Amino acid sequence: MQTASLEKCVAMIPDGASLMIGGFMGVGTPERILDEIVRQGKRDLTVIANDTATPGKGIGKLIAAKLLRRAVVSHIGLNPETQRQMMAGELDVELVPQGTLVERIRAGGTGLGGILTQTGIGTPVEDGKQRIDVNGTSYLLEVALRADFALVQAFLADYLGNLSYALTARNFNPVMAMAADTVVVSADNIVPVGVISPDHVVTPAPLVDYLVANA
Amino acid sequence: MDPQTIIARRIAREFRTGMLVNLGIGIPTQVANHLPDGIHVFFQSENGLIGTGSVPDDGMAHPTLTDAAGRPVTALPGASTFDSAMSFGLIRGGHVDITVLGGLQVDQAGHLANWMIPKKMVPGMGGAMDLVSGAKRVIVAMQHTAKGASKIVKKCTLPLTSVRPVDMVVTELAVIAFPDGRATLRETGPGISVAQVTAATEAKLALADDIREMAL
Repeated sequence: MQTASLEKCVAMIPDGASLMIGGFMGVGTPERILDEIVRQGKRDLTVIANDTATPGKGIGKLIAAKLLRRAVVSHIGLNPETQRQMMAGELDVELVPQGTLVERIRAGGTGLGGILTQTGIGTPVEDGKQRIDVNGTSYLLEVALRADFALVQAFLADYLGNLSYALTARNFNPVMAMAADTVVVSADNIVPVGVISPDHVVTPAPLVDYLVANA
Repeated sequence: MDPQTIIARRIAREFRTGMLVNLGIGIPTQVANHLPDGIHVFFQSENGLIGTGSVPDDGMAHPTLTDAAGRPVTALPGASTFDSAMSFGLIRGGHVDITVLGGLQVDQAGHLANWMIPKKMVPGMGGAMDLVSGAKRVIVAMQHTAKGASKIVKKCTLPLTSVRPVDMVVTELAVIAFPDGRATLRETGPGISVAQVTAATEAKLALADDIREMAL
């Protein structure tokens, strides 16, 4: 794990990169990193995340700045601008049931090719997907997801990169921290090793590549 | 009593102490305000919380303690938090005793459509498909009609949320269950006759032997 400035961490992200971004309606989203992505004007991004938050918050900032080419998300209902861009054909949106989305990411991070779920059978979600019967029950094959970068928000990060999370700000963060080639973490608090006891480490240090330094 | 209160109060009577319950947005959220005395359930928010409490007092909200709509909530004593994989493992794995969801249409086989109106409203399904596919019991909370048209239809014209039939629909006019895949009128709303329910319903309703008025 390396510590690096916010500017340097975001400069590593090329135009056209795929990003997993933690957070649920902007709660547990690394706002500082997203603000810097907007400032550096990254283009043609693919974002994999639960939702696109609301205008002006979290991923909503990237939507407003029109930095996305594609979004893989479960919900866009509270961001009218995402819906407008989708309807206008400016943004490609893949809507994925939330449980399927997180499980596809988990599969991507844990060496699995995909998962089998009953969710989505007989709905538009099934289009183009393979059905697999196991012991008399039909499931959809949902393939694993990975990304070039995971942008993670933690509550505590120690000097080695061990992470813990706060309340409902955990959500997709620890799952995404396993499913990307490069994991960049922003933390509410950077603390000495030992402050997070081993039982309370949620994301172990070897998973983290870069910790964004305090300003 | 207004329609939403009738629906919320009736559904709250399905809860038993110790159940794990997930409430959707809209009328379902109001069910939490009508728990009968002495009934204590665990409310799950699918963003990663069991033990969801009421809205915090002014000035007491915390930015990392929110419900599935991103609004500030409180956590009750005994609450727990977890990641989204665990949250949906609970949902798909049948650990949620009851989910209460809003609906756009329910058909006479119990199929629910509640996540999109093609070309008009495409908000995304969020957790709805997982909840309907995986919860032990699915209860739909919705008004009986929209703009005069029955929301309980012969066959859903909107895209389905799941092919798994729901267990019960509660409106201000009726409680409808789906034994053997057939919409069956079980209870009528306060002061509402069976004839009034069937007249307001597009779906063909079977009539239970012992139809009674909702106890609220």
